[in-house]
Amino acid sequence: MTNEKKLIATRDAYGKTLALLGKENPNIVVLDADLAASTKTILFKNAFPERFFDMGIAEQDMISTAAGFAACGKIAFASTFAVFGSGRTWDQIRMSCAYTRLNVKVVVTHGGITTGEDGASHQANEDIAIMRAIPNMTVVVPSDAVETEKVIRAAADFHGPMYIRLSRLATPVINDNEKYKFKLGKGIVLKEGKDVTIFACGIMVGSALEAAEKLAEENIFAEVINLHTIKPIDKKLIIESSSKTKAVVTVEEHSILGGLGGAVAEILVENNPVPMQRVGVKDTFGESGKPHELLVKYGLMPSNIISAVKSVISRKK
Amino acid sequence: MICRANSGHPGGSLSATDIITVLYFHKMKHNPKEANWPDRDRFVMSKGHAAPVLYAALAEASYFPKEYLKTLRQIGSSLQGHIDMLSLPGIEMSTGSLGQGLSAANGMALAGRLDKKNYRVYCLMGDGETQEGQIWEAAMTSGHYKLDNLTAIVDCNGYQIDGKVDDIKSINPLSHKFEAFKWHVIKCDGHCVKSIIEAFEAAERIKGKPTVILADTVKGRGVSFMEENPLDFHGKAPSPEEKEIALQQLCKIVFDDK
Repeated sequence: MTNEKKLIATRDAYGKTLALLGKENPNIVVLDADLAASTKTILFKNAFPERFFDMGIAEQDMISTAAGFAACGKIAFASTFAVFGSGRTWDQIRMSCAYTRLNVKVVVTHGGITTGEDGASHQANEDIAIMRAIPNMTVVVPSDAVETEKVIRAAADFHGPMYIRLSRLATPVINDNEKYKFKLGKGIVLKEGKDVTIFACGIMVGSALEAAEKLAEENIFAEVINLHTIKPIDKKLIIESSSKTKAVVTVEEHSILGGLGGAVAEILVENNPVPMQRVGVKDTFGESGKPHELLVKYGLMPSNIISAVKSVISRKK
Repeated sequence: MICRANSGHPGGSLSATDIITVLYFHKMKHNPKEANWPDRDRFVMSKGHAAPVLYAALAEASYFPKEYLKTLRQIGSSLQGHIDMLSLPGIEMSTGSLGQGLSAANGMALAGRLDKKNYRVYCLMGDGETQEGQIWEAAMTSGHYKLDNLTAIVDCNGYQIDGKVDDIKSINPLSHKFEAFKWHVIKCDGHCVKSIIEAFEAAERIKGKPTVILADTVKGRGVSFMEENPLDFHGKAPSPEEKEIALQQLCKIVFDDK
């Protein structure tokens, strides 16, 4: 059960992996905007101070500077909180990184509502939507610490701009480090089922698995798929699984507008329209509170996933 | 080029022409035969709307055939309305959304320092462009990191789309602002080749801080009706008749290239 699993924040896995990568690849530079202790880039800073650049509280400058590094052949990782690293820097990412296809990895932490006590100003619930709208962008939302490590390593090997969204909250490790294999753009079937497909990303993958276990007790067999890559989305897998189960629920710690739910809906409506429901933050801002309290209040609990599953199954023809 | 496209930015291209000419044909180490030569000097045109003058310089330097110039702003052309680094050789950064070039130039200068390379980085901004907040974030970065391998140039033509820079939102005195951000400031006549060369050479001698050259320029330089009416020719193409007059006047100043 989830509560027996080890809890690690994906941002911690990021910092550790970055420090390891720094040793393996001298071409990596890291930029941060005065949040190194929070984003965990401080682990890279401590190991490779000459390749770490604190840009101060100037996120736009950070992103375009990262593009300048990348134009000179560097692999530039630029980190801040998700809300600043997507919204405030959207034009810089679009213009200096994506239009140019430069090797900039925007790795943000504090994605979603579990940012918690800092409140609405710091809770990015729109970032996936605005990042995936940019041409040439790759958008990845890792589900746990194990996946984060693999994603960060894959990012260093992949040439081009990427947006990687991590979390502040320590969440259960759900992937097996020995067996786990990451392939960009390829979803992972974590649990096979026949009655409904639950597509999830980020820290909600664990909740989706928990919901599926409870549903199985009621003889509802859910297929759980980790769609870590929001762009390019795994169209083939979405069509295959939904053709089998004929009902879909998406789960994300993000607005129901334009994120994972939006991406899956776009595929389904044009290829395989089946009953679908999105679990996510409704079209609203968050507020201060403990992460768990916010997950309850904003409808992101396994119980919300279970309700959505029952609803889509009832709509099957 | 702009006349044929029937759109584009002649005024701000002409104000920067002498500066670009000195950079590409006198000052910068670069090799059109090997556009990605790692030790080349880098030039970032932050005022991306002045694309035509950069395209003209790159074509003159043989980065691509001059024939291409006829395709400016046409569908399928590699000469995009604003600068696209992926569509042509010799372009270091895509620009057009103002305010981002100086940050990119800082990244290039920091990378050069990290790699112990001797190349210099040049960045040309418009004076109106310095109203963008990111310019000052970047200026703070250049000053903080003491980027003496960076020379910025502000093309001070005094105009922006809606009017005189001083009337719209004054950015002056620019020299005091840059000095406050730990820059060395040089002023030059942006249409006097000797003055521009001296400014670039002086900038190279400054150690421990970045240098900005505030180049006094005239929007639409060299074309009487553009100089007289700079607001009309910020983002408007000359008519075919106007183009003929403009080319005659420019040829009289520079050389007979027709």
